[in-house]
Amino acid sequence: MDPLFFLLFAFITVACGVNVVLQKHPISSALSLVAVMASLAVLYLLLGAEFLAMAQMIVYAGAIMVLFVFVIMLLNAGTEATRGRSWTATIFGIPAILILIGALAYFMQTGMPQLGSVKFGDFRGGGAYQVGYALFTEYLLPFEVTSVLILIAIVGAIVLARKELD
Amino acid sequence: MDPAQIAGILKQGAVPTSWYLALSAVLFVIGVAGFVLRRNIITVFMCIELMLNAVNLSFIAFAHEHKQVSGHLFAFFVMVVAAAEAAVGLAIILTVFRNRSTLNIDEIDSLKN
Repeated sequence: MDPLFFLLFAFITVACGVNVVLQKHPISSALSLVAVMASLAVLYLLLGAEFLAMAQMIVYAGAIMVLFVFVIMLLNAGTEATRGRSWTATIFGIPAILILIGALAYFMQTGMPQLGSVKFGDFRGGGAYQVGYALFTEYLLPFEVTSVLILIAIVGAIVLARKELD
Repeated sequence: MDPAQIAGILKQGAVPTSWYLALSAVLFVIGVAGFVLRRNIITVFMCIELMLNAVNLSFIAFAHEHKQVSGHLFAFFVMVVAAAEAAVGLAIILTVFRNRSTLNIDEIDSLKN
């Protein structure tokens, strides 16, 4: 049963990921990205990361993507212009992407260590209790630093997005 | 990987960890492709989120491989940083659009020359 679930949701993830890149209108890309994140949450669940699967749904598919959709609506973003675009990115980008694919495939073929397999229920250390315990003991300092980062981000976002007062 | 091996995996009912890593690599490459080839600044930003998600999948696959929760914590911090980045980045996009009235990254070139 596990491989079927994996293949199904891996297919949805890749198909919607390709759709994010191919769609001309940003709102279609955003909705495809929501589908990518939801199916990734299922894959996290298969890997035993229950807490992160929920966080993925709430934080990514919920909060961040709603922010994206808000901004797309606010800016009234239309379809991407195909005329008058510079070709530099295409000329240098496609070879760079091919090199990246080649390098990744090469390292997956040769450098991959002997890895085990994933069976649902093998790893039960990803619940809220275990994640919270590790967060507030071993990773307390990064957690506190993150709170400062979030504070700076809030202030920065407000300063950047406020209307200029004359 | 030959078909007999894949049939064996399907019968055994366990997915190799390397499949998750391969999926993560594929997603990352899709994100890079969108980042390089798209011209709309919002779509480019969404492709960055796609790459961050691909890396998160790798972290969680390795956390399962080593049966440790640390990988989950890394993915959690990546999520937090992505949330902060989305807030600041979208504010920057708003400001750029207000000043330049364009979302095309080819036209936002004040730092050039």
